[in-house]
Amino acid sequence: MKNIKRKIKKSPGEKAFEAFNYTLLTILALSCLLPFIHIFALSLSSATAAMQGRVGLWPVDFTFFAYNFAFTETGLINSIWISIQRVALGVPISMGLVILAAFPLSKTDKELPGRTIISWFFVITMVVGAGLIPFFLVVSATGLRNTIWALVIPSAVGVFNITILLNVFRQIPRDYEESALVEGASQFRILWQIYVPLCKATLAALVLFTTVGHWNEWFHGMIFMDMRADQPMQTYLRGNLIMPDFTLLSPEQFILMMQFNTRTFGAAQIMIGTIPILLVYPFLQRYFIKGMALGGLKG
Amino acid sequence: MTGKKGKWKNVDFWLYVMVLPAFILVLIYNYIPLFGWAIAFQRYNPALGMFGSPFVGLDNFRMLFANPMFVQVIYNTVYIATAKIILMFFTPLIIAILLNEILRDWYKRTLQTAIYLPHFISWVILGGMFINILHPGDGIVNQILGWFNIGPIFFLGDASVFPHVIIWTDVWRSFGMGTIIYMAAISSIDPGLYEAASLDGAKRFRRMWHITIPGLVPIMVLQAILALGNVLNAGFDQILNMYSAAVYSTGDILDTFIFRRGLVGGQFAMATAAGIFRSGVSLVLISTSYFFAYKFAKYRIF
Repeated sequence: MKNIKRKIKKSPGEKAFEAFNYTLLTILALSCLLPFIHIFALSLSSATAAMQGRVGLWPVDFTFFAYNFAFTETGLINSIWISIQRVALGVPISMGLVILAAFPLSKTDKELPGRTIISWFFVITMVVGAGLIPFFLVVSATGLRNTIWALVIPSAVGVFNITILLNVFRQIPRDYEESALVEGASQFRILWQIYVPLCKATLAALVLFTTVGHWNEWFHGMIFMDMRADQPMQTYLRGNLIMPDFTLLSPEQFILMMQFNTRTFGAAQIMIGTIPILLVYPFLQRYFIKGMALGGLKG
Repeated sequence: MTGKKGKWKNVDFWLYVMVLPAFILVLIYNYIPLFGWAIAFQRYNPALGMFGSPFVGLDNFRMLFANPMFVQVIYNTVYIATAKIILMFFTPLIIAILLNEILRDWYKRTLQTAIYLPHFISWVILGGMFINILHPGDGIVNQILGWFNIGPIFFLGDASVFPHVIIWTDVWRSFGMGTIIYMAAISSIDPGLYEAASLDGAKRFRRMWHITIPGLVPIMVLQAILALGNVLNAGFDQILNMYSAAVYSTGDILDTFIFRRGLVGGQFAMATAAGIFRSGVSLVLISTSYFFAYKFAKYRIF
């Protein structure tokens, strides 16, 4: 196909289109990157340079001061630790529930009487929600507030992930399972030793979905955790970036803060929130996209 | 398994045990809250609880709809959400078709890497970023506009500008992700069609027009139909991290209204009533969209 394309001479119209196309898409791609590069440059610049508006895409008067200051807040380090705990608890629990639920639901109605009804039981929750206030009251009533479980349990069952996984499970030929059944394997063994290994790519995508979801989630961290000391990183950063409350700073921090521009400090915190995602971005891109395509094109 | 009869003969009960944990959690956290809707019909007092608070019928709903602010909130929600739906339908489609015309593979991949990135960053971080770069005093955007003697524009503080900022920053964050589904659809178009067209002397525009676009029509129809379910989703995460009291008149949406009045303001009954209204309308919209998606595109959830 490529050869054929090369053989045909490009008309002036095509050349013009190509130039336009490369320019437009390059500008769009840059628009996605430049804000981050600017913030990165700002975070490594001196307060005066930031204040005078001399920072573009490259640090001016290079300094780590803003990062050092950000990490003098023990609260920030603590919140990162809470986010790590949240991911470590939330991802396995959520994945376990999703895998265990998707497997039976991928069966036929004959193998699992009531399968359709149970499936609707789950799917309806994607269509109608009770709303924020009743949800909040139930989480409070079950005693999870101000514990890490409030961030893990109420949202553990990802119904959308169940639907993706059960559709993938269905594509596995039933012969594998039947021969295992003849040898007397239990359903748990069939799930664990046949289905799970065959769906590694999908599961990897779902693990990444769930991990990024937990890492980026801040709303439950805000409404269920009353103390800043219990909040995960995103919620904690929100407290600093979106609605800063200077009364929470210690006197020493406040004096330090007066010496420089809060914008470089904010920029450093934005980068602290962005860098972990950048580190896993190559994996994300690879598997996430596979998962997105799966979720969108099925059926 | 011996001794069981009829349809239960070959059923393995461990399969039910497997669904049970997810079933129980969904029951507790998705279904039991539905009983909480009772609050909307009470003069709810947290001290008295749901069973002790006095019943007031539809008073909360009447109060809600008599409040001009709430009507404005519904308008804001539909306005922002509809603009996002329209832009998020066309932008990824066009960009995917254009990306497909980039023949240098490494460059195409580089572009994709860049445009997918913002989607993975939370709105807390992006909100912080936009507050920084759109700042009227020393944000870089207003600095650049200053070179052309424009502004400063109070992007996040001016009620007439705010909805546009919300709409475009959301498109900025998500258009890249949106292209994935179209790219996948394009890659499933039979390459033989392009080859045959080339041999027949069809130039690039004709190939785009007669092969790529028709190949995308089914997925376009599906996306358009499913988008219908989002008419009340104006983007809670985004707006809660970017708005302020100065822009409530144009930027306050149903979800932020419910959050602010309910959890922050403690008006649980009224906020629940607003939530019921939101859920009811969403239910109708999403069911309709799923129905049409099934009917016209054979789309099935499970």
